[in-house]
Order: sequence, then structure tokens, then C-alpha cells
Amino acid sequence: MQALTNRAQAVNRAPMTFWERIYLVNIFKGMLITFSHIFKKKPTIQYPEQKRPFSPVFRGLHVLNRDEQGRERCTACGLCAVACPAEAITMEAAERLPGEENLYREEKYAARYEINMLRCIFCGLCEEACPKDAIYLSETFAPANFNRSTFIYSKKDLLIPNPVTEPEAYAKAKGLN
Amino acid sequence: MHQVLSSTPEGIFTINVGPQHPATHGVLHLVITLNGETILKIEPHLGYIHRSIEKMCESLTYRQFIYVTSRMDYLSAHINNHACALCVEKGLQVEVPMRAQYIRVIMDELTRLASHELWWGAMAMDVGAFTPFFYAFRERETINEIMEETCGARLTMNYMVPGGVMADIHPQFQQKVKQFIAGYKNKIAEYNELVTGNVIFQNRMKGVGYLSTEDAISYGCSGPVARASGVACDVRKRYPYDVYAQVQFDEIIETTGDSFARYLVRIREMEQSVRIIEQLIDNIPEGDYQAKTKAVLKLPKGEFYQRVETARGELGVYIVSEGGTTPYRIKFRSPGFSNLSALNEMAKGGKIGDLVATMGTLDLVIPDIDR
Repeated sequence: MQALTNRAQAVNRAPMTFWERIYLVNIFKGMLITFSHIFKKKPTIQYPEQKRPFSPVFRGLHVLNRDEQGRERCTACGLCAVACPAEAITMEAAERLPGEENLYREEKYAARYEINMLRCIFCGLCEEACPKDAIYLSETFAPANFNRSTFIYSKKDLLIPNPVTEPEAYAKAKGLN
Repeated sequence: MHQVLSSTPEGIFTINVGPQHPATHGVLHLVITLNGETILKIEPHLGYIHRSIEKMCESLTYRQFIYVTSRMDYLSAHINNHACALCVEKGLQVEVPMRAQYIRVIMDELTRLASHELWWGAMAMDVGAFTPFFYAFRERETINEIMEETCGARLTMNYMVPGGVMADIHPQFQQKVKQFIAGYKNKIAEYNELVTGNVIFQNRMKGVGYLSTEDAISYGCSGPVARASGVACDVRKRYPYDVYAQVQFDEIIETTGDSFARYLVRIREMEQSVRIIEQLIDNIPEGDYQAKTKAVLKLPKGEFYQRVETARGELGVYIVSEGGTTPYRIKFRSPGFSNLSALNEMAKGGKIGDLVATMGTLDLVIPDIDR
């Protein structure tokens, strides 16, 4: 059997000609290409002054949704917390009291709902798991802050503005305007 | 930068390159034994970015663990997810709809293009050319935009689910990909003119970092590294998965085994990726993008193995199931680890100045090696 190594070809190491050796031709050729790019359209955008539009499926920060009457959709079933690979979601359920029907859509609601944004890997499994369309991933991203504790988002940070009492803020959060 | 550990009167001494070094593309630590400028031995030291992903996967369900694998080889995150999804599907015996298969393969090839783009830019920078880096990132950005539009994220796409893909493609997906592909062919020609055909670059790469066919096989090299040494090992050709069996493309094989051969394999592979996308993009069949699966996936008791071709080589996913909702044991056979192990063979006897060029052609992604 022919040895495997013998199948390898010898590397072409022929000595360079004079024009190749002085490299000038190749340097000039390369320069020609790079200089021609000066006159082409710039591919950069001036973030944050300019922003690219995001597609609806973009997975940014979470938002807890409300229905048309401004009631919270979340029923604290815990499916999102179970589905989360990073174990970033915690919640505490509470029972709706008489007179709170305008606040919560169903009898059970999340009294406490926290997402640790430092743990979150933005996979979108919580959105997929939610049977009530209560949580979705918005198009906002790149939050910055001074300490780690502020990245544990509570309901205050996550809830979308009330469409009845604050329609403008709601429309902005939904990206409708 | 290079710290001398010890030296002997004969002039043999040991230096450290890394773990923090601009040429190692990450936290890779090489202990190099030198005689003057000649390399006698290279020992890669690993473990600086070990996150025990395999162990983590054991506590995650079959739906969840796929997304953790995006963090292994982050440049071909989509292909990693594909391997895991295929392995789970093998266990569940789910038939993936044709539409999902087409989308998956197109996405795979786009990921491969993006990965090779980044490699090309970083490699040219390793040998001292800075401009290619910008050109590479410009094209990669276009791919990332396409990814973001359909998958929802730029790098960690999380688009694969067992049984298909997470969402349908964006209405403009086909048009944008075609637009990108049409312009991309000229770009490859420009790359060839700027870097491949350059005598200075060729002088730097030719005959450097030679890896023989036997060594490539015995070190378990795969992907472009092995194909540059003449080993026909393209998983897409040898063990086709999804619609790879139906598309026409060439398996790129070079026989010289040096750094330039590895460079050429990747450049020509980009052309083949374009060819695969061209064949599929117009023919995405109508239908479901996801097969119906149960909410809680349970694999039957047994062992499952699936291999795919990532941008770096053969990625194997091995799942041992006890019949529960989480895997009993998961092992990833990562291409980077085996390719890196052959570095000693490639660089031995060469000059230390050539080491960086050789390492550049290996296309190392350190989180893939360490996991």
C-alpha cells in the first residue's frame, strides 16, 4: 500500500522573481483596492444617534403584558420559570381580592415577579411557554447601570404602562407610534 | 508579553504565550520550549474558560440544553444548536418538515459564511494586515442582520427547537439573502485579490505549519484542518443530515497540508456555502416550520449520537438517556480540541514567528475547546 504521506504534494517554494521580491507591485495592488473603498458607501451607522430598526422577533428585555382594559395578564402559573434554562425568573402568587377586578385579569396574580437580567440568556423560552401571552421580549436592549442589584427587574420595571390611564406611554412601549 | 520561565546554558528555554495574549484569540495558554528561535515543543494549557457546559446540560431539559450549546462555539452557534436538535430528534424519532430542514441548512451555511469571514479577518490581522478585518466584519454584519431579522438575535440565535425551528422566516428573508449572495461573489474575488494572491502573504503561509495526512488522522483533526492535509472528512458529504444529501456542492480537499492549504480550503468553502444557499433559497417548500412535539420531551432509554460539520470541523453530540426529561450524560466532541492538539506537530521545528500564522489557520475558538 502506498504510504499516505507520499500522496502529499511538495509545496511550491520556487524562488521569487525580482519584481516579486521587492513586494512593491503587491503593495500597490493592495493599496488600489483599499483606496477604492474611500469612495464607496459607508457601511457604518452612527449609534446611538442613528438606530437600525429591529424585527418583531427581536429578543430584548422582557415586558409583562396587560390586556386592553389595563389588567395584568400574568396568573403566576410559573411555566416561564420552569422553562427558563438560566433560572432567572422567580415569582410569588397571590389571590385576587374582591374589588381588584380592574387590576388583575384572573383570580390569581403575581404579587412578586422578578427577572434577573444578569442571568437571563434571552432565549425566548419564557415567551414560548406562556399560555396567557403575559410575557414577551421587547426590542429594547443594552441597559446600563451602576450596580448589580438594579439588574434584578421587579414588576415595577417589567410591566407595560396601563393602556387606559397612560395611553401614550403604552403606545410607546408597544412601539406603535 | 513573553515571560521567560527558565533557560539552560545550551540556549533551550521555555516561554509562556497567553493566557492573555492578543494572538491567541482568547484565553489559551501555550508553553513553548524554544531553542533560539526554533520551536522544540508546544504544550497548550487549557481550562481557563471551562464552564462545565456538559455537566450543566445534565440538569436541563431537552428543550433547554440546546440553548446553552450556543455558548460553546459562539461563531457557529446555530450549527451547535442544529447538532443538538438533530440528536434529540433522533431519540424522539420525529420527522422534521421539509420547510424546517431547508431553513436550517440555509441558516447553517450563513453561519458558516459568517464564521469563515471572521476567521479570514482575524487571520489576516495575525499576519499583520489590518484592513481585511474591516472588510470581513462588514460582510459579517450583513449576515448578522439577516440572522437578527429571522432568529431574533445576532450571535446566540436560539432558532432551533427539537422538531424544527422556533419561528417562520421573515417575509423579506429570501430577498435579503439573495441580495447578499449576489454581492458576495464579488467580495470573495476582492478577498482573493487583496490577500490570497499577495506574494507577501503567500510567503508567510506556504510551507509553514505542515501537518501530514497520518498526523491529521491520528490526532483526530476534522474540518478544514484535516481537509487541507488531504483527509476527506466533510460530514455534510460523508454522513449527510437534513437536506445536505440533496444539494450539489464540492468537498474541498487540498493535499499540501501547510498553512496556505488550510487558508485556501476555507476560502473555497465560502464559495461552496454560497453555492448551497443559492440552490436552496428559491425552493423553500411551503408547509409547517415545526413538527408537532409534546410539551415535555422524554427520550427513550438509550444512547444517541449525531455529528454535524461546524465551521471548524466535526461536532459530535452524544446523549445517554435514562428515559427521563433530562439527559443522564452528555458529551460534546468538539472540533477545536482535536485540531489544537495537532498544533505541536505543526509548529515543531518551525520558527516562533510562524507560530501565530499557523495558529491563525487553525481557527481556534477557545470556548469550544474548553466548553
